[in-house]
Amino acid sequence: MPATSEQIAQQTAEQIASARAARRRPGVHPRLRGGLFGLAGLALLALVWEFYKTFGPADGVILNGVTVLPRTTDLAMPHLAVMAERLVEPVTGAASALPLWAAVLQGSLFTLGIAAVGWLVGVTVGLALALLMQRFRLAESAILPWIILSQTVPLIAIAPLVRRWGAQLQLGEFTWESWMSVALIASYLAFFPVSIGALRGLGSPDANHVDLMRCYAVGWWKTLWRLRLPASVGYLLPALRLAAVSAVVGSVVAEVSIGLRGGIGRLIVEYAGAAGGDPGKPWAPIFGSILVGLVAAGLVGLIGLFLRRFRRGEVSI
Amino acid sequence: MSTSMTVDVPAVEVHGVTRIFAARKGQGVTALDDVSLTVAPGEFVSLIGPSGCGKSTLLRLVADLDVPTSGSIEVFGKPARQARIDQDYGIAFQQAGLLPWRTVAGNIELPLELHGVGKTARRARAAELIALVGLADFASHYPDQLSGGMQQRVAIARSLAESPSLLLMDEPFGALDEMTRERMQNELVRICAETQAAVVFVTHSIPEAVFLSNRVVVMSPRPGRIRSIVSVGLGEMSGRGEYLREDEGFFHALSHVRELLHGDEGTAAPAGARGVETR
Repeated sequence: MPATSEQIAQQTAEQIASARAARRRPGVHPRLRGGLFGLAGLALLALVWEFYKTFGPADGVILNGVTVLPRTTDLAMPHLAVMAERLVEPVTGAASALPLWAAVLQGSLFTLGIAAVGWLVGVTVGLALALLMQRFRLAESAILPWIILSQTVPLIAIAPLVRRWGAQLQLGEFTWESWMSVALIASYLAFFPVSIGALRGLGSPDANHVDLMRCYAVGWWKTLWRLRLPASVGYLLPALRLAAVSAVVGSVVAEVSIGLRGGIGRLIVEYAGAAGGDPGKPWAPIFGSILVGLVAAGLVGLIGLFLRRFRRGEVSI
Repeated sequence: MSTSMTVDVPAVEVHGVTRIFAARKGQGVTALDDVSLTVAPGEFVSLIGPSGCGKSTLLRLVADLDVPTSGSIEVFGKPARQARIDQDYGIAFQQAGLLPWRTVAGNIELPLELHGVGKTARRARAAELIALVGLADFASHYPDQLSGGMQQRVAIARSLAESPSLLLMDEPFGALDEMTRERMQNELVRICAETQAAVVFVTHSIPEAVFLSNRVVVMSPRPGRIRSIVSVGLGEMSGRGEYLREDEGFFHALSHVRELLHGDEGTAAPAGARGVETR
């Protein structure tokens, strides 16, 4: 009896499924494996640090009068154990002082909050620019060079400007506060990857799909909602994650250049002054800023879980 | 009965159409030169010819995905643009062009959803079409879980979603292997017999064109022109089956189209072949 088309289809699907299963390697789940490799990398870094500290020359490695590897004194390169111990001790000798880790955590949360505001503003602006550029070819040629140019301006240069402009801003009840300047600068870094990623994503549907939408006689907005936005998810998610990390870096740098108290940026400057007598202390806010970056990227990564449907066919990492 | 839609209104009426693509230097490329063609309601017409003969361009013009440089195109008596806006045709391309984030059912429902058909009606119609193309067990699968042939069947089901009286197909089986291809052709014949839709079918496979069509339009390249139109007298769609591929008339039509494609104009046509006539 000849096979019906349905039976053949069933067979084909089974073949595809078994081929997929065969390609997957046995043993540890790929995501878990990635995590293990990450931890191994950290351990290796710690080993290299301690190894060089133990066996490297105290004055560092100097070639032709240029120091190519740092000094290994306890001041320049404290033991990892010293950094860890310092975290649980109080910030200062004062009786009411918090443990260092708590102070750093407070600063981290403060910075994370500002970075989140900057991220939201940056993502909104980035998406709006991408939509504008996608809709009008003229806008793309007019705006895109400026977007790229905007990232060549050093943050240190614009931070005081932003603060000065903000200070002059008075709208009834509303007064511009310093943290807003920081958030604005964070958004200045965050909007860039979003606008570029979204522009590429919105333009990613095949000519085929675009033709199909034209055949269905639907307008730009419906095409955007049903085709371009879903198609852009694969491009948008990495851009959003990049924007999150950029927003954190922008916040920390802007805190330093504006002189805003309460965040990680301020702690980095403050504790760096203590390095002479307390070499473990300056490392705490550095770990804090790494933590903020990881948390920010992780939170944004969660968005991807809800959009899994739109990432089919994308290679999982 | 309707008085405005008389029996005489053709499904597609192409009249003196020329399409010149602008080139950066000098004269443009003439993709189509003074082409005229009429497709009757319910008729299956294939466009065949070597690359560059403008067969796909002609199809895109009928679909109003492109605009002719001169000449006119009417679909069911309306300008092509109006026919597109009124959704008078369904279309399928060489690439299935399914949205990867939608299931089989979701893809078939897409045109209905875009045009505001209610959820229940959409579901029912999709189920009907999924059964028609023999994918009943795959309604909730995603395109990346399907083979090329299955994806193409979904695309055909999607093109039929709004029960169009005209189907435009641009090499829909071009990317499939020979065996899948013949099976799909058999299914298309069955589907056409059931839906009674007129079809304009672009292909570069001679057996495919002859097997499927009432008429085969043989085109020649540079500039794209209609060389000849062959009526394939292989009978009603509903009566066509696998056995037809062994039929003598099928072979006659096959060699006739082949000679038209390869040979010079005029000398190729063997007179009096059964079931074959040149218009």
